[in-house]
Amino acid sequence: MIDFDNVGLRYGMGPEVLRDLTFEVPRRSFQFLTGPSGAGKTTLLRLMFMSLQPTRGFVRVFGQDITTIPQQELPKLRRRIGIVFQDFRLLDHLTTYENVALPLRVRGKEETSYRTDVMELLKWVGLGDRMNVLPPILSGGEKQRAAIARALIDQPEILLADEPTGNVDAPLARRLLRLFLELNKLGTAVIIATHDLSLMDQIDARRMILSGGRLEIYE
Amino acid sequence: MNDMTDGEKGLGENPREIVLRPMAPIVPATNIAGNSLMFVISIMSFLACLTLGAVIMVQDTANSWQSQISREITIQIKPESGMDVDAELAKARDIALSFSGTTGATIVDTAATARLLEPWLGEGLDMEELPVPRLVIITIDETSPPDFAGMRAALDDSVKNAFLDDHRTWVDRLVAMANTTVIIGLCVLALVFIATVLTVIFATRGALSGNHHIVEVLHFVGAEASFVASKFQKHFFMIALKGALAGGLGATIAFAVAGLWANARIATPESDQAMALFGGFSMSAGGYIGALSIVVITAVLTALTTRITVIRTIMEIDLIRSDPTRSI
Repeated sequence: MIDFDNVGLRYGMGPEVLRDLTFEVPRRSFQFLTGPSGAGKTTLLRLMFMSLQPTRGFVRVFGQDITTIPQQELPKLRRRIGIVFQDFRLLDHLTTYENVALPLRVRGKEETSYRTDVMELLKWVGLGDRMNVLPPILSGGEKQRAAIARALIDQPEILLADEPTGNVDAPLARRLLRLFLELNKLGTAVIIATHDLSLMDQIDARRMILSGGRLEIYE
Repeated sequence: MNDMTDGEKGLGENPREIVLRPMAPIVPATNIAGNSLMFVISIMSFLACLTLGAVIMVQDTANSWQSQISREITIQIKPESGMDVDAELAKARDIALSFSGTTGATIVDTAATARLLEPWLGEGLDMEELPVPRLVIITIDETSPPDFAGMRAALDDSVKNAFLDDHRTWVDRLVAMANTTVIIGLCVLALVFIATVLTVIFATRGALSGNHHIVEVLHFVGAEASFVASKFQKHFFMIALKGALAGGLGATIAFAVAGLWANARIATPESDQAMALFGGFSMSAGGYIGALSIVVITAVLTALTTRITVIRTIMEIDLIRSDPTRSI
């Protein structure tokens, strides 16, 4: 689904922050992306989300070279990818329910067609009684769960999650991991960028370790 | 999500029924930037409508001056000893009336002439003692005036000491003055309108910059540029329409109040002077149409600026793809 071929990326005239990355994210796969702070995990996720272009090499998402995708086609491709941002990016004037429903709303779906799904998902991530609450009132963990729910609501083909358990306690982190696994069983390829070793130790999944701009993969 | 096991369900789940509020608009209904934009638009719209009203008022007054002056001409006859002035006046009147385009002719009698001179020479003036020129006032059809050169020649041939004054010099000066006044007014209107346009554009862009994160999130959850633009466009169009309507209404009320003030002081020297120079403080139908046009143009311009700015913002977000040195 995502192919990297000898990819390098530098900011301006600076050194390459990512070097010679060659890997594939197969359909229905599950992997962790890890590495020390500043290793380039978020940058790598942004390349996969097509919000950055490589300075060398090729990145193909759904078989298309991201450097040649016309601007007007990007929304359609992004609809097939769910993303959880490290800083959540929830809209403060919308309730938790409305934030989670946003991807479906922008696709022009009627609220009656997704209301039950959104409410069920919110209950599942433990926000059943926080549906009418605005993000500024939510705790960090609640915001994170709302951001995860928003990424999952349309059952994307790929889920990119940047530190999705960074603000939740261990039991909730385990439950969220189960949610990601469940989604993976349904056919979504999952890439979780995390520092959390205990989270990664819970399941036997592929590990992509970024260090010094290079990537090592342990299947 | 529907095939999750029962054991996985119920993270802090609350069994009570949840009532959701009606879906909030994607673009927040009110914020400080939106209110400021509305205020700025109402002020600029008020100034533009006020200027337009003033220009129309001056133009109407200038037209009225021209029309009144050029509706009349005069024949002046200078008396001399042994001359039957009244006969000459009657002859001059008959000659003038014989031309097509002349609608009437009145001889200003001695009493009326004395009244005209009263402010300078005082009461009880004996007209026989002074060689005061006598006048025939001729009203003409403005749309097809008589042949002035022919009339002048006929008077020279038949009436002694007759002089035809068609007020051309005075009218020409007045027309030039009126046109200059209107041109200055139009220049002021153009400047105010340009200022309005620029203010609206910059205020809209300023208000939108506070909503940049919304544009970005919508774009990243897969909204098409036209969808995002339409949401913002509709929102800012309504803000601009409300602001511009308030400004236009304010200008109309200001004119009405000025009109009432002028009416209350009618027949006073100050009011007469103001009326003579500027006309009445009332908006013609053209004024109302102009004010409405300013309101509509302002609202449409705001909507257009919003659309262009949102689409440009989305393009800038996507430009990061080509240039990693740009930050999100």
